[in-house]
Amino acid sequence: MTMTFTQQMITIGMVVLGTMLTRFVPFIVFPAGKDTPKYIQYLGKVLPAAVFGLLVVYCLKNVSLFAGSHGIPEMISIAAVIGLHLWKRQMLLSIAGGTVCYMLLVQFVF
Amino acid sequence: MSNRVKLKSAFKAAFPHTIPIFAGFWFLGMTYGIYMNVSGFSFWYPMLMSLTIFAGSAEFVAVNMLLGAFNPIQALTMTLMINARHLFYGISMLDKYHGNGLKDIYLIFGMCDESFSINYTADIPADVDRGWFMFFVTLLNHCYWFFGATLGGIFGSLIHFNTEGLDFVMTAMFVVIFMEQWMKEKNHISALVGIGVSLLCLIGFGSENFIIPAMAGILGVLTLLRRPLEKSEICDGGEA
Repeated sequence: MTMTFTQQMITIGMVVLGTMLTRFVPFIVFPAGKDTPKYIQYLGKVLPAAVFGLLVVYCLKNVSLFAGSHGIPEMISIAAVIGLHLWKRQMLLSIAGGTVCYMLLVQFVF
Repeated sequence: MSNRVKLKSAFKAAFPHTIPIFAGFWFLGMTYGIYMNVSGFSFWYPMLMSLTIFAGSAEFVAVNMLLGAFNPIQALTMTLMINARHLFYGISMLDKYHGNGLKDIYLIFGMCDESFSINYTADIPADVDRGWFMFFVTLLNHCYWFFGATLGGIFGSLIHFNTEGLDFVMTAMFVVIFMEQWMKEKNHISALVGIGVSLLCLIGFGSENFIIPAMAGILGVLTLLRRPLEKSEICDGGEA
């Protein structure tokens, strides 16, 4: 390790600062007392649906369609999650079912 | 309602929502702690970092930063880029994370992907205190991550059992949350924009660099669609 202890703590401090900035800035820029601009209110309503889409893609970002298992275990398991959720609509069941399906596939099949 | 009853009912309502996170964070936190351990750091590093940072991907990247040359500005800008998506969460939570007293500060501090997703979409029963419900969701997630990371840091090299694929629990959870949102909304344009723009950017920019262009693209498209979207009153996502 090339850094001194103080340098390590400063580096960790910077990561803390960066994370806190991304979390607190919207609340500081648009405080409760003042009227939030209509455009930001609009974004607050339409962004979540898009963000959940982004998060799904983010989780799958390292899946390669052209190498390894070609994303087949991921596709089968996501289909299992969707199927279970349409059928029973029990969050825990859908999540657990899909995860077990994925673990079995990557450990024993692919 | 007495304070104790209020806390108890909020905890009871919050806990089931965090069970998938329990599985996921325990695993990811351990992985992170083990990674720190094998990179030569004592267990109290992952302990301190999981407590103060509480943002998974940034913490994994921070391990590399700590192993490299001292560059605080780069550490700051890298973190801002990795966590820029939190800005979107904040904008979506302006109403919900307000009016809960001092709890608001902790709710915003602990607004990781998972806490945000649960607190945004959960149907909180009417007799449960919203502030305390969201507080316990955040606190439980924080605890899972903290204990996972610490245990991984302590026992790192001793653990051998086949957990391959367990990390899929996070993907499964976000798929379910996406579906819940989908079933609640009248119009799916925003959800489709999110998936479509993210996929295009992933293909175009690669897995390491696609988040910022994807965010910019989503913002741009949703801004262009503002008039038609407001007209068709899709603004009924979540509870609004």
